[in-house]
Amino acid sequence: MDILLEIIMIPAVLALIKIVVIILLFALPLGTLLTLMERKWSAMIQDRVGPNRANIGSFTGHGLLHLAADGLKSIFKEDCIPRGANKFLYLLAPFFGMISAVAIFSIIPIAGPIGDFTFQVADVEPGLLFIFAITSLSVYGAVLAGYSSNSKFALLGGTRASAQMISYEVFMGLALMGVFMVYGTTRVSGIVDGQNEYWFGNLIPMWGVFTQPLGFILFFTALVAETKRPPFDAPEGESELVAGYFLEYSGMRWSAFMLAEYIAIVGVSVLMTTLFFGGYHVPWLHLWESAPQWLVTILQIIKFSIVTIFFCWFQIQLRWTVPKFRFDQTMSLGWKKLLPLSLLNLFVTAFVILAFA
Amino acid sequence: MTDMTTLQSRNASMSSNEDSTSSVMTIEIGPAHPAMHGIVRFTTQLDGELIVGMETEIGYLHRGFEKESENSKWIQVIPYTDRLNYVSPLLNNIGYSMAVEKLYGIEAPRRAEFTRVIMGEISRITDHLTCLAAVAMEIGGFTFFLWAIKAREYLWELVEEMTGARLTTNWTRFGGNSTDLPDGFLSELSDRLIKLKDVMAECDKLLTRNKIFIDRVKDVGCFSKEDALSFGFTGPLLRACGIPYDVRRADPYSVYNELDFEIPVGSTGDCFDRYLVRMEEIQQSIKIIEQAADKLPEGPYMTDERMLRYPDKKDVYGNIEGLIDHFKLVMEGHQPPAGEIYMPIEGGNGEVGFYLVSDGSGDPVRVRLRPPCLNLVEAMPSMTIGHYVADIVAIFGSINMIGGELDR
Amino acid sequence: MSEEISTKQMETTPEAGELTTLLQQEFPQAVTGFHVHRGDETVTIEKAVLEPVCRFLRDDSRCTFEIMMDLTAVDYLEQSKETRFEVVYHFKSLTHGHRLRLKVRLAEDECEIASIHHLWKAVDWYERECFDMFGINFVGHPNLKRILMYDEFDGHPLRKDYPIDKQQPLMELKEIDERYVYGRHA
Repeated sequence: MDILLEIIMIPAVLALIKIVVIILLFALPLGTLLTLMERKWSAMIQDRVGPNRANIGSFTGHGLLHLAADGLKSIFKEDCIPRGANKFLYLLAPFFGMISAVAIFSIIPIAGPIGDFTFQVADVEPGLLFIFAITSLSVYGAVLAGYSSNSKFALLGGTRASAQMISYEVFMGLALMGVFMVYGTTRVSGIVDGQNEYWFGNLIPMWGVFTQPLGFILFFTALVAETKRPPFDAPEGESELVAGYFLEYSGMRWSAFMLAEYIAIVGVSVLMTTLFFGGYHVPWLHLWESAPQWLVTILQIIKFSIVTIFFCWFQIQLRWTVPKFRFDQTMSLGWKKLLPLSLLNLFVTAFVILAFA
Repeated sequence: MTDMTTLQSRNASMSSNEDSTSSVMTIEIGPAHPAMHGIVRFTTQLDGELIVGMETEIGYLHRGFEKESENSKWIQVIPYTDRLNYVSPLLNNIGYSMAVEKLYGIEAPRRAEFTRVIMGEISRITDHLTCLAAVAMEIGGFTFFLWAIKAREYLWELVEEMTGARLTTNWTRFGGNSTDLPDGFLSELSDRLIKLKDVMAECDKLLTRNKIFIDRVKDVGCFSKEDALSFGFTGPLLRACGIPYDVRRADPYSVYNELDFEIPVGSTGDCFDRYLVRMEEIQQSIKIIEQAADKLPEGPYMTDERMLRYPDKKDVYGNIEGLIDHFKLVMEGHQPPAGEIYMPIEGGNGEVGFYLVSDGSGDPVRVRLRPPCLNLVEAMPSMTIGHYVADIVAIFGSINMIGGELDR
Repeated sequence: MSEEISTKQMETTPEAGELTTLLQQEFPQAVTGFHVHRGDETVTIEKAVLEPVCRFLRDDSRCTFEIMMDLTAVDYLEQSKETRFEVVYHFKSLTHGHRLRLKVRLAEDECEIASIHHLWKAVDWYERECFDMFGINFVGHPNLKRILMYDEFDGHPLRKDYPIDKQQPLMELKEIDERYVYGRHA
């Protein structure tokens, strides 16, 4: 027993366990469930019933079994490789999107530390810069998929994806600069703790959304564009480019792209929660000083999950409400509107900090 | 069309120095492509995302409607007309029957005409709803699509109640209709119209003032009046260009001159104008239906004229005249007097014209349909060149190409 | 018989309509026949003057036919007329609100007629379709090829001597050769 505990406390093993817990028990299930949530919610918006047919006997689980059915179907489908495709890149591409989508979770704390133990895989010093580095990787997934498929539609989609994602990384970074300046660190735990302060006594928590309202909107927009979700899904361009960069994929590789998209939604949501909604900190909980530690942790996880799910829902709602941007409109929105606004945000933040702090 | 000319010059310069390092890429959009409703192929030249050239190929859905018709009896053509514009089959039925009636020189009873107006306008609404839904879906408004399809369903249930089928209606006959209004149809109709108006109001709120939607469709696919006329545009697209030509007004047929309605027109002929014109026409059609339902006279719904209507079964089995009439109608067919006529009606996409030639026998010499979307698809290159590849779907959606009518 | 059926008494009238008279004045030799049937004004003209007549119909302020509504042909093989084909043009004027049908007779052995594609843009595809269906050669058309049928189709389906159940040979699938193959994998 002691040996087991010792093994667990080896940092590498501990990190591995956290990865398994956070990614396999939080990100993946949530990403998978999101597909059902999206279908059900869109069905509700559109006066439909939504998926309810897959069943085991009389048990349908309100469409829950469709997830299993979809998974099984994808696994058993033929994994086509189009003639003339660059096989190596073609087979490699789906993993990039998946890896970068999952990697976001490695630096996100989902609850406060208990003693030495943190609910976070790695609290790295560069923090958010690590996120930028990782999300940059995901562009390779789209570009390689588009390039290697030997299809002009996929190529166009890949080109669009590369231009859009590289551009929006710029605004994403610029929009976050303000957050770095306000909380004085790029370390995620530092930013989260910084949001546990309060203004006007204990009235308003110093959440990112209050300290950086413009940054919040800009960052959210850029992040949605970065994940190629509607209304910024020109790279996918389902009406004109059929499916864009992953047009030729089938079976589980196609599912990998889809799953990466849904995990990216969760990723966006946890980032929004962490950076702009106080992370795991439950507001005003510090007033209840005698709260037991276990209850605090549970409350923190619940609060974190609620805000995360809210943002997941919000992205779904966004998708089914507004039409899509055209590709050039996406780009001009980025360079002509988001860039000046994020620069403005940066200057104003800098000025306010200089003047008042 | 100032930007057309600049584009043509750009085009020219492009082709002059086109070589192996040319940046122009040829991409085949269609025939199997999700946005090509019906089947049509655009061989598109792209410079990056910009369309610099386009060639259209049609005919994938050619079923030989005219050849089949000429090898059938006159009455046997009616089911074929269902399959022309398959989102408003009743309008084709009505158009063809009225053309044959014109060949005979008769008119259907007034009740039949009013019923035809009601059903025709219902079909026009379904046609416009399909088109609007398609436009919205192509640019990502999937919710609008399903709402519009929901509204269309209300109307198709009415059509089903009336004709027994949703699409293969086969409803009109020469000199009347095959059925009268079923019991309780009018009250059902007014219920459905109220529901339809609700849905349309919701759809309107969702999309008409949406900034992204307006950005996607405004100034996309602009068309000048002169070009539209030269290309033979009719219907909503011509009206979107600002020309108030509507066959229901210009050459009033049936009882349209007794009904009060307005013809909405646009100004620039872009996709947004087309959208607005169609939205407004749905409202006008609702108005027409309400008036026609109010004015609906009593009386027969089918002419009594011998050799036009099939005799009742009790006459066929009960007396020799009925039996002979039925035999002759079935074996020799209707025999309109020799002559040639052109009968235009306002279809969902524009002027649906039937040019019929009869030599006085039971077999048509010529049955020609003037397909309104042929001209629209012909003009696709002029509309799209100079726009981005994503605009193809918006423009193509807004011209509402119907394969069955285009290729016949 | 019911009284409610109002039978229009509009038989074929030998009197010339307004537009017919106008055309007869402008092109005295050209008009070979005319009639008004159920209100449809029809003028038959000589083949040679088609282009000037159409130009006149489009440009003259008394005609102003802005829309070329329809172009088709009729095969009178079974009616044993002296000329087999009639090419039929339908025009619509929005300014004056009138319509006109123009017909040109074509014999089987000289099945060609001047193209008027430069007068209305709509004519382009109409003429292609007419060529496709009837095999009428529109001289001067820039791109006279099949439109509804495929290029290898043998015969012209709307001619009366084309049997409705005629089988066409099955075409082999064509390879798309323009497809560029990336990399080594062919």
